Amino acid sequence: MAMNYNAKDEVDGGPPGAPGGTTKTRRPDNTAFKQQRLPAWQPFLTAGTVLPTFFIIGLIFIPIGIGIFVTSNNIREIEGNVFMYYGLSNFYQNHRRYVKSRDDSQLNGDRSALLNPSKECEPYRRNEDKPIAPCGAIANSMFNDTLELFLVANESDPTLTLIPLKRKGIAWWTDKNVKFRNPPGTESLKERFKDTTNPVNWLKPVYELDPEDEDNNGFINEDFIVWMRTAALPTFRKLYRLIERKNDLHPTLPAGRYYLNITYNYPVHSFDGRKRMILSTVSWMGGKNPFLGIAYITIGSISFLLGVVLLVINHKYRNSNNTADITI
Amino acid sequence: MGANDVSMIKAAHIGVGISGQEGMQAMLNSDFAFSQFCYLQRLLLVHGRWSYNRMCKFLSYFFYKNFVFTLVHFWYAFFNGFSAQAVYDTWFITCYNLIYTSLPVLGLSLFEQDVNETWSLHFPELYIPGQHNLYFNKKEFVKCLIHGIYSSFVLFFVPMGTIYNSERSDGKDISDIQTFCLIVQTSLIWMVTVQIALKTTYWTMISHFFIWGSLGFYFCILFFLYSDGLCLMFPSIFQFLGVARNTMNQSQIWLSLILSVILCVIPAFGYQFLQPLVWPVNVDKVFDRINHCKTRPPQVRVRTKLKHPSLRRSAYAFSHKQGFGALITSGKTTKTKPNKKNSFPVKK
Repeated sequence: MAMNYNAKDEVDGGPPGAPGGTTKTRRPDNTAFKQQRLPAWQPFLTAGTVLPTFFIIGLIFIPIGIGIFVTSNNIREIEGNVFMYYGLSNFYQNHRRYVKSRDDSQLNGDRSALLNPSKECEPYRRNEDKPIAPCGAIANSMFNDTLELFLVANESDPTLTLIPLKRKGIAWWTDKNVKFRNPPGTESLKERFKDTTNPVNWLKPVYELDPEDEDNNGFINEDFIVWMRTAALPTFRKLYRLIERKNDLHPTLPAGRYYLNITYNYPVHSFDGRKRMILSTVSWMGGKNPFLGIAYITIGSISFLLGVVLLVINHKYRNSNNTADITI
Repeated sequence: MGANDVSMIKAAHIGVGISGQEGMQAMLNSDFAFSQFCYLQRLLLVHGRWSYNRMCKFLSYFFYKNFVFTLVHFWYAFFNGFSAQAVYDTWFITCYNLIYTSLPVLGLSLFEQDVNETWSLHFPELYIPGQHNLYFNKKEFVKCLIHGIYSSFVLFFVPMGTIYNSERSDGKDISDIQTFCLIVQTSLIWMVTVQIALKTTYWTMISHFFIWGSLGFYFCILFFLYSDGLCLMFPSIFQFLGVARNTMNQSQIWLSLILSVILCVIPAFGYQFLQPLVWPVNVDKVFDRINHCKTRPPQVRVRTKLKHPSLRRSAYAFSHKQGFGALITSGKTTKTKPNKKNSFPVKK
């Protein structure tokens, strides 16, 4: 079983029996890519990289957390714009079947979808043999309580001053101007919706949501748009009205007693839901939400602590490793 | 080798054939074939070892990224009435494994090297983890699973805490499901990208391109899928109109993203540092030595090709009778004494 070694190493493989012939070499190219010698950066974790990382994370996160927390908790007299929200609890707008139950083509003003809504809207698709506009469970369950805010003049004089509540400018710009559109046409809104019927649980049809303002009526009614933007969690709040700042001299909502008048149309007892009203100002990072601030401070502190712990462990084990010499 | 060795080659886990004068049959039936016996060393110590390393890294990363992706729905189930509502946009679910995370994984599996070939040949001890199944076994899988569960927990609850009862900086809604999906998606992509960046120890230009390129590509696709044009053409299929534009300019979203990524990465980072220090395996000492040598110029002599046949140490492996193998490898049948500098100590 002797093997005749070919002293020429250049040609390998190939059938034997063709010595000295011009056999094509099958050797792969000696390029960096094919020989896996590409230039590369090879980092490795040492104490010098890991420990400073932990300390830096701690040193950066803690001030950020404090900054966020202070911003969130800033209590000042209510100036600037004040936002009025309605909140619902135990209302699962994020249920899978509920989220699907809409027809975005219809809401975008497509005439064919208006008269023939999508199957996803079942069972809120047709009623009394007419297509429902807007169809689906989301539209059907629209919040329809009315909230009004009054300022009581003073203890002795019980006259109520109505606080002006702005009802436009509460929905996302892209929703109002791009996503939601009324069906096209030059005739009145009522005419454009003539072969449709309102959702089962609505008191009035969609073209009467705001008869005073054409720009806020029909599908582009901002309360409707805000409701259609389904919430992610069972406890949520949605922007209801805007209380605009009058001028720099007076606070938007002066201190005093207020009177909230609620027209109760929306029943929530059957599913143990709860309703509430929230008044809030906003900052550069949104409303009052201490979560991020607290989380940053916590994680920054933990990171710093871990850095210290790792430093101690590193010191202890490096010393013990150095004494036992490694010879291979 | 001859045709009577074909059964041996077929029975082995990996059959290696040496092409020579006895015909092509052994070679054709083998998994690997080359012309000289000495190439076996490179096959095992360099390519085999790299292949094992890449395979294990690929497997543990792939399981991890899919655990994180899927287990978020477990946590969300408690908040959506157990209705199996997805936490992602349906297009993200389609593109996640196909487009957003495929190239980095490919780059890891093709180019990853823990040490280069010179060191691999110089330290054959590095081959031991492969023999003992150290880099991917049940214990490693469980570690991967636990890391996935923890990451999915962070990935869900940090965005949830961020949007809970919160608003945008202009007072409008931020706690809708589409914004939530966007935050979770983006945090997930960042998280798995940073994780693979931690796992990669051999950064070629291609690795940089695949990893950071996939991340950038995700953002491009995101803005495309949520753009006016596409969503208006097919409103029922592309429903996330305007979400990217309206959400990405909110600072609390980015703060939440940074927080979730750091929270996920810190344990892995700390463990990667701590494990060779406190629970070292034999291989870790070798790596230590290699890293130590790298800081000084290496004194390793690259093995030169043997040209003179008389210096070549021939060894044949006989498969049918017991006893010859030990005789051959003992070196008694070679003419000259083997050069001590060129041979490597074999651990018995």
